Order: sequence, then structure tokens, then C-alpha cells
Amino acid sequence: MQENEKMSHENENDEHHLPANGDNGTESHDHDHDHDHDHDHDHDHDHHHEEGFVRKYLFSLDHKMIGKQFLVYGLLMFFVGGGLALLFRWQLAYPERPVPIIGASQQYIDEGEVTTGADKMWEKIYESDKEEWLETNMPSGVITPAFYNMLFTMHATIMVFFVVVPILVGAFGNFLIPLMIGTRDMAFPVLNMLSFWLAVLAAVIMTAGFFVPGGHAAAGWTGYAPLSADPQWTGVDWGQNLWAISLLIQGFSSLVGSINYITTVINMRAPGMTFSRLPLVIWSLFIVAILLLLAFPVLSSALALLIFDRLAGTTFFTSTAEGGGDPLLWQHLFWFFGHPEVYILILPGMGIASEILPVFSRKPVFGYKSMVYAMIAIAFLGWIVWGHHMFQSGMQPSLGAFFMTTTMLIAVPSAIKTFNWLGTLFRGSIRFTTPMLHGIAFVSMFVIGGLSGIYMANTPVDIYIHDTYYIVAHIHYVVFGGSLFAIFGGIIYWYPKMYGKYMNDTLSKIHFWLTFISFNCTFFPMHILGIGGHMRRISDPTQYEFLQGFQGMNIFITMSAFTLGFAQLILLFNYFWSMARGKVAEKNPWNVTTLEWEAPTPVPHGNFAQIPTVYRGPYEYSVPGEEEDWIPQAQPEHAPATGGD
Amino acid sequence: MYKWLPFPENISTFGVGVDKLFMYIYWITLVAFILVTVTLVAFLILYRHRPGHKATYIEGSTKLEIIWTTATTVIVFGLALLSYPQWNKIKSPTQLPTPDVVVQVSAKQFNWDMIYPGPDGEFGTEDDLQLENQLHVPEDKVVHIQLTSVDVIHSFFLPNLRLKQDALPNRFITVWFEAMETGNYEIACAELCGFEHFGMRGFLTVHSEADYEAWKAEMWPPQ
Repeated sequence: MQENEKMSHENENDEHHLPANGDNGTESHDHDHDHDHDHDHDHDHDHHHEEGFVRKYLFSLDHKMIGKQFLVYGLLMFFVGGGLALLFRWQLAYPERPVPIIGASQQYIDEGEVTTGADKMWEKIYESDKEEWLETNMPSGVITPAFYNMLFTMHATIMVFFVVVPILVGAFGNFLIPLMIGTRDMAFPVLNMLSFWLAVLAAVIMTAGFFVPGGHAAAGWTGYAPLSADPQWTGVDWGQNLWAISLLIQGFSSLVGSINYITTVINMRAPGMTFSRLPLVIWSLFIVAILLLLAFPVLSSALALLIFDRLAGTTFFTSTAEGGGDPLLWQHLFWFFGHPEVYILILPGMGIASEILPVFSRKPVFGYKSMVYAMIAIAFLGWIVWGHHMFQSGMQPSLGAFFMTTTMLIAVPSAIKTFNWLGTLFRGSIRFTTPMLHGIAFVSMFVIGGLSGIYMANTPVDIYIHDTYYIVAHIHYVVFGGSLFAIFGGIIYWYPKMYGKYMNDTLSKIHFWLTFISFNCTFFPMHILGIGGHMRRISDPTQYEFLQGFQGMNIFITMSAFTLGFAQLILLFNYFWSMARGKVAEKNPWNVTTLEWEAPTPVPHGNFAQIPTVYRGPYEYSVPGEEEDWIPQAQPEHAPATGGD
Repeated sequence: MYKWLPFPENISTFGVGVDKLFMYIYWITLVAFILVTVTLVAFLILYRHRPGHKATYIEGSTKLEIIWTTATTVIVFGLALLSYPQWNKIKSPTQLPTPDVVVQVSAKQFNWDMIYPGPDGEFGTEDDLQLENQLHVPEDKVVHIQLTSVDVIHSFFLPNLRLKQDALPNRFITVWFEAMETGNYEIACAELCGFEHFGMRGFLTVHSEADYEAWKAEMWPPQ
């Protein structure tokens, strides 16, 4: 009985969207029509409040809950991915030394004398007849070279596919798009839920890979064939298969999500919300959804072929003297996906920074239009630069000139965006709130990451620094210094709307400063390692004479990385603690103009009591002649409240 | 070279050009970084929120957008133009200089097989000499490396020669270098190739011409 009632309401819900879509799509201002629906929706969400735990928190159809689910999912995976990094950083600083805490003591290793709790554990493991997991991968706590390869492979795979994309696209995309364009939910709520649960399934499969015989994928996150295509080269059997299967599933999750986002942004904008009034973060998510839709199928097909190579004996990516496929085919397919993927990782970060900077400078974003064009340019150029990952791969060298030129051209839209962010601060009234600190950090770290990219874009210089720590420094400045600072800023900035509470500001500030300093201490020295020729993905740099001098720096980096990891625990604690104990937030604590702050806090199912109508652009701050220094997008032209002109 | 940048010593003819390009980019990016950072910090101080201070409503400036778009475009095209000849000189298969010495390098998990043609100067004959991980070349001579792999992808990396090239199975890729200094140097594998990737280390010995002849006389005596 109750179940039937819910079902019928859902159907009702779906029906509402259809006519509402039509209205919004044509940007008609038919208010009467809207009001009718609003009435029904109010009726609707009364009932939604009675949803059971499972419906509300697990299999939710509400875009806000799905967004929060993605956020928690991403944050938890962030700790898995980060933990893996700390393990291999230990090995790089102290090769062949047991890791702290779970590693055996030196006495035990040398003389078999049990002194610590960890020694006891190892004694037990060695005495048992079973081949224990720990014994295979880190005997006495020492990371084996094979396990080392699994660690960095999974660190990157998890960070890219299970942390940054789910948080930026899954969490912020879901939470923000309907709220900021002024609609009640995503176009396809059921697909939305499917997208999340597919991502969970993918994460479970990916994690399971660690525990299958042969261990997890160890061919790098780029999975270069033939290393990845045949178990004989790595000894990894089902780990690599699960890696490919998990990414295939994650691909479906992203596809479903991206179709949803594109449809929602095109069809469901509130009356008056034209594309030229769209907040930049929505522009970025819209562009990213298109990139995902076009890029992911390329990876999916490559993964499918890889699975055939591994399980069905095909030779798409392996060659024999008689013929067969070509290892370079994998690289072309992977990077044709992979480079747009890099922009999928950074564009929403740019969008978030473009929201935060105007709000806390109390100024319109500088050059709104050129910001949009720059993002479109970056997204377009992203398709024709993939060869820059392959300059030294054996790809026909004359292609180098083309890929170098297109890659260097990306500096142009990137510079436009940077200068526009600076322009946004110019003559503003800057408030150093924690989200703003993250926004500023994003800009300055992105500048470093952008500039270091020029070195590798340059083909002759790339000959030397390719596959060294220089590229490791570069990617982390872009994806950690860029995307993650934007993510942290975004979480703190939208938290009051997500949970109706503030995050604890003292903890947030400690987290920011610790992260900012230890991030730079971790990744900046990697540029220097790269200049020294330090190869990436080697488990023991002390093997090489020319790298001997860098061991002190490797230890410093590892110490900084541990600090960086510790700082993230503060964020995690703050996130969950503030849900329960945080200071209650008002509806619009930062005095923001965009629509998400029009919705009541906490945002009910259906978002708005009445769908707002949009009258102006998203960044109307400090408009001359106005009493307040902000005019909400939904405020009519001649509202009595501000006494307009 | 600037001593605050810990480059390993360059001993290759084209390495001079690579390092020079690195330094051009170094100065360009350093200046850009300092300009942006100083501006950023200045703005943060000058325009911080304080009583009586209000933000100014500015939506943008087409003139500025045009200026910085053009400036960046000019700089990157300039850099690209400087780089094309360097790249072609090092890697273009049509511009390879005539070799004085040819060595085949065959990568396998986790060793470099260096194959010398022997006294007859031909590969694939009985007098070929194969050494594991030992590459011997003369100073001031053009050396061709015919690079291949027997299993997975490896990357032939000679830090001191500023040379790196992936080795692909069933494909021969020819790269060249000319070493300007005698001595012993290291060869590394720069592409993940399996669990012993970190230990795939080789040795380059650059001989003076007389030494090289002596080495040859010892290793591949004429029959």
C-alpha cells in the first residue's frame, strides 16, 4: 500500500518534468503554468519526507542526496588513494626498510628476535602454512618491487577515476546543476541513481583486485601494452582484468551521468536563465559532460580490446614478428581519451574558482564571455594534443611539430583564465574566508602547473624530462594544486547549503595552511628531481649513481607527503563532525547572487518552493547605485526592496 | 649550465641545444610566474576588505583580453618555431647524420643487450659481439643506435646525452648521438617494464679514439 503510494508519486514527479522541460527549454515566461506545477510539487515533497532510510540515504533519486553520496564516496576513496601513495613514498625515502607500525623491527629481521607487536604478527604469519597477503606483498613490512608497481598504479587509477572525477563531476555536478539553473531535479533521476551505484560497483571491483592471486594491476594507470596485455610480463592475472572491468563500469557510470547533465542544462533552465547568464561552474560542468560523453567510449573500447587480448587470445595491442597488432595503438586510444580526461579533471576546478573569487571579492567575474570561450577552447584543443604524451614513444617524429604547437596553444586560453581571475581580484573588496583561500591557492598552483607544462610540450626538452619526476610534479600541480584545492574550497563554500551547517572554520583554516605548505613541500622538489633525471615509477632510486645525491630530497618529500596526508584527516573529521555539531547556517551565508542560495536550507526535495525567474547575470556584485553589494539573479528589475533605479 | 639546476653533465652535441631551450623556457616561465604571483599578492594586499573600502564594478576589458591573448600566442609560437629545428635534428628519421659507429640495442626484461657488428661491420653474422648492459662508443663520432625490444616497451634513457627513446617490440627505431667527453655514464630504463624496472641499468663508456681502437682490438679482433 505504502509502496504503491510512493510509486504513484514518483510517476507524478516524472510527469511534472516533462511539461516543465518544455517551458524552460524555450525560456518562456509563462508563470501561471509554472505555478500550477509548483503547487503539485509542494504536495509532492511533503510525501517525500516520509521516505524510509533506504529510499532517502541509499537508493535516493534526489540529485542533492546523490551529490552528497558521490562526495562521501570520493572522500573515502581519497583516503585509500592517499594511503597507497604514502606507502610507496616510504619505499622511495627508505628503500628496503620495513614500513612503520606494521613493519617488523630491524632486530627481528636480522636476528629473529621478537620485540614489538608487529614482530609478533610477522612471527605468526611466517609460522602459518597459508600464503598470507601481507607476506606476499610486503614481507616483514618491506614493500616488494612488484607491490610497489601495484601501489602507484592504483594510486593514480583511484585518484583519477574514483576521487577527482566523482567529486568534481558526480558530487558538484549533481548538487549544483539543478540548484544553480533553477530546476527541481535532474532530467533523469533514476539514471542518476544508477550512475552512483555503478560507481560503487566499480569501486568494489577495483578494490577487490588487491586480493586476487597475482595481485593488482601493475602496469601503471596508463596500462601500456604489451605489459598490460599479457600476464606473462607482470605476473598479474585477474588484477589487470578487474582493473579493466572496473574502469569499463566506471565508464558507464560517467556516460549515464553526462547524458543526464547535458539534457538537464539544455532543457531545464529556469525562465530567464539563458546560456549567457549561466554561472561559470555550470558552464564548466556542461562542457565536461560533453567531453566525458565523447572521450569515455574511446577508453571503453580500448579496455574491451585489452580484455580480449588478455582473455580471448587476440593481439590488438601485441605484435609478433609475423604481424599482429601494435602496442602504440593502445597509447593512441588511451591518450585520445586521456587528454580530454585531464581537462575533465581541471575544468570544473576552474569553474568552482570562478564562483568563489567573485563572491569574496564582491565583484563581477572579469571577462565572463572570454572565460566561457577559454573553457570551450581548452575543451576543443584537448582533442588534438594527445600525441604530446607520445613524443618519445616511437610515434612518427614529424608528428611532434603538430602536437607541440597545439599543446603550446593551450597556454593561451589558460593564460586568459589566469589573467581574468587576477582581473576579478583587481579593485575588489577581498574577504579572506577559507573557501577564498582555497580559491586563491587554486589560481597560484594552477599557474605553476600550467607553466611547467610548457617544458614538456616542447619536444626537444621533453626528450630529457619525459617520464621523469618533472611530469609527476606537473600533474600534481594541476590535479592536486588545481582540482583538489578547488574541491576543498567548493566543499567548504557549499557545505552550508548541503548540510545546513558551517564546517568548523578553525579546523578548515588549519587544514588549508597545512595542506598548502606540505603540498608545496611535497611536489615542488619533484621538479628538481626531474631536472636531475630521476625517472618516475622506479621503486629504488638508490640503484643509480647519478641519483644518489637526491636521496635527501626524497626523504624530505616523503616527510612532507605524510604531513599532507595527516592534514587530510582533519578535513575528513571536520566534514563528518560538522554534520552533527556544526554551527547552523542561514539561507545565504556568503551573500551570493546565484540561484542555489535562493533555495531554503536544508534544501527540500524539489528544491524551490517556487521556480525562480532569472533577471540578470550571475555575478552582479557592487553594482553602482545599489544599496546592497549584491543583486540576486532572481530579483526582479524593479524590486521595492533595493529601490532600484 | 646554471648550478642551482642539478642537471647531470651534458656530453652530447645536440644536448647543448636541448639545455639552451630548457633555459629559454625557464626564464620565460620564471618571469611569467613572478609577474603573476607579485600581481596576485599585490592585489590581495591592496584590495583586502577593510572598513570604508568598496569593490569597483568592473565587468572586463576587451582591450586587455586582446593584449594578453596576442602576447601569449606570440610567445608560444616563438618558442615552437625555435624548437622545430632542434627536434628534427635529434629525432627526424630523414635527417640522421651519417654514422661512424652502429650498435643494435635490444631491450628485454630487465637488461639491455648491446650488439656490435664485429670486424665485418655487418649485423646478423657470426662475428657479432653481444654484451649485456655495456655500451662502448668512441668520442666525437656519430653513433647510431638501432633500438628494439623483445618483450614489452622499454625506454632507452641516457641522461648525460639528453637522449630518450622508447624501444618497441618488433620494431627498429634508429636514434643517434655524438658524445663530446670520455668517461663512464649510466643508462636507465625510463618506461615501466615490470617489477624489476628500477634495476634495468646499463653503462655507457665513451672512449677516446685510441682507447676505442684498443677496446675493439681486444673485443672483436680481426680474423
